[in-house]
Amino acid sequence: MAVNRRKFLKIGGASILAFGAKPAADALGISPTEWLDEKLGGFTIPETLLHLFRKPAGSVAGEALTAKRWAMVVNVRALDEEIAEACKEACHRVHNVPEIDNPKHEIKWIWQEEYEHVFPGQQHEHVDEALKKLPFLVMCNHCFNPPCCRVCPTKATFKRKKDGIVLMDMHRCIGCRFCMAACPFGARSFNWIIPWPRAGAEEERRFKGKEPPTPDYPTRAKGVVEKCNFCAERLAKGQIPACVEVSQELCKKKGREPALVFGDLEDPDSEVRQLLRLHYTIRRKPELGSHPNVYYIV
Amino acid sequence: MLEKAFVGGRKYWLLIACLLGVIGVGFIMWLWQFRVGLGITGMSRDVSWGFYIGQFTYLVGVAAAGVMVVLPYYLHHYKAFGRITILAEFMAIGAVSMCLLFILVDLGNPVRMINVLLHPTPRSVLFWDMIVLNGYLFLNIFVGWNVLSAERKGSPPPGWIKPFIYLSIPWAISIHTVTAYLYAGLPGRGFWLTAIMAPRFLSSAFCAGPAILILLCLIVRKTTKFDPGKEQIRTLGSIVTYALVLNVFFFLCELFTVFYSQIPGHMHHFHYLFFGHEGHVVKLVPLMWLAFACMTAAIVLLVIPVTRRNEGILTVACVLTVVGTWIDKGFGLVVGGFVPNPLERITDYWPTVPETLIALGVWATGFLIISLLYKVATSVKVEVGAGQA
Repeated sequence: MAVNRRKFLKIGGASILAFGAKPAADALGISPTEWLDEKLGGFTIPETLLHLFRKPAGSVAGEALTAKRWAMVVNVRALDEEIAEACKEACHRVHNVPEIDNPKHEIKWIWQEEYEHVFPGQQHEHVDEALKKLPFLVMCNHCFNPPCCRVCPTKATFKRKKDGIVLMDMHRCIGCRFCMAACPFGARSFNWIIPWPRAGAEEERRFKGKEPPTPDYPTRAKGVVEKCNFCAERLAKGQIPACVEVSQELCKKKGREPALVFGDLEDPDSEVRQLLRLHYTIRRKPELGSHPNVYYIV
Repeated sequence: MLEKAFVGGRKYWLLIACLLGVIGVGFIMWLWQFRVGLGITGMSRDVSWGFYIGQFTYLVGVAAAGVMVVLPYYLHHYKAFGRITILAEFMAIGAVSMCLLFILVDLGNPVRMINVLLHPTPRSVLFWDMIVLNGYLFLNIFVGWNVLSAERKGSPPPGWIKPFIYLSIPWAISIHTVTAYLYAGLPGRGFWLTAIMAPRFLSSAFCAGPAILILLCLIVRKTTKFDPGKEQIRTLGSIVTYALVLNVFFFLCELFTVFYSQIPGHMHHFHYLFFGHEGHVVKLVPLMWLAFACMTAAIVLLVIPVTRRNEGILTVACVLTVVGTWIDKGFGLVVGGFVPNPLERITDYWPTVPETLIALGVWATGFLIISLLYKVATSVKVEVGAGQA
């Protein structure tokens, strides 16, 4: 069917109408795509246009977890080697983070570090021995004033306005790695090699199993930057971040206080705010003014 | 005029063939990198920029140095430089082309490069770097070609070209300033976080660029019927001298701030580069010392008038200048900024063979552009009877 000028205008007009009608349709509970379909009398709507009206899976109001500013509190005293490892394992599994033996090409979303490396400049020769041995968990700090977003030339990394999560659009990233130079926490990883298995090339299988463990989550291409996303995709489905979930289960089993707590920093009654009230907490490199949203109880 | 690039002797074609060969090898290596990923380079999670970006940074300086010829000629009416402005402008074209190619080969996802235009982001310094680099390339092609065409016709350059010439002067400064800002605005990288970064970039540019131009002029004199001139080379020598002294002075200023303040995050990088940090013995350490030895030796040869005026010694001083600034900026500056990493861990960096071959390919592309353009320029100069100085 050839698209003549009239039909083109018809689709265009309907599209413009739809933009205005969307909030109204939302309020009435009518699906805009259904409404459009009806108005156009079965005329095929371009897929790209439909995309504008489709809500991401699991983001139905009431189901998603929302906050004005997500933050995490890491209670290092409640952590141990096993819990830390489980957190890393859970995170890397749900996000298809490949296991790469070469430390130069490693991809890390959450990992263990020693005190002196997490807080360089804070260590001194009389630091409590126990503190030195604790497994500090580090990840992207989801800074309030993120340097990585400031430097990105394509807005491939950006801070989500509604909840302050610093996200990566891995389909837009050109791989210039400016954000890696800008991040003062070494939180970003780059796909130096193809991270997913390729048929016939056994040595290129980066996952323990044959296929990426989580089919729901996209695998990445080579040449893009990636990092912790505070489990934005899980929040949309009403789940807390994977590391937090796993650590809380394990802590409960061991009869400890939760090692990782996640919540809204702007809500005075949230669990994170209560913890911040109760404990003295520190953040990584506060002097740089990036305002990390990850707090540590040491 | 372009047809002049296709007329030449055996040696000329041999040079072109050699350059094409190196470009070919580099291109094949790049295709491999394109397929496998940047993992074939020596770069890593901790040292995420390396040789490519180092070369880019160095060459931005070489390109910017064209202004050291254009400015005295057009602003101060220093007539002697009229003979060589075209050589400086054409050198800048070659250098900027190499800069753009080095960025291209450094991208993890070159097919998405156009995203920078589709999603312009003025708060990113890289956005401005793209604008100034492409702008400078355009300005030099435009101005250089028009002025040379006019010269061939025996007429003065058209009046409307003047604004573009004047614009190219601050523009040259801007390409290096903006490139310095790529580094100088990053939190947590003590080595780069210094307001003197842009002045340091400019001073190294204004010694390295004219030094390379002197060497190119000498090559031109030897291989063509066009002589860029004795006075011209001598004046360029003075420019190299002042800029090189400034460059080392700025470096000493840096050392004072870093080591008198004793802030560990700023000192570590210097330790790493010049002594190896915490027992790490690094290949870079002797190179860094070599760089400063070269620059010091060059200063000695250049500040003494007798040695500076001797063209043979001047050549040596220029080579020393180029080697010294190249190691310092094309290597030490980038790697030194990344090591130690923000968690104070040390990951060494050294370029791999494919990485080096790709870089050589880009260098060869630049030299090919310069060779072709210089062929055109010198042929025109000889044609209009400006052969001998």
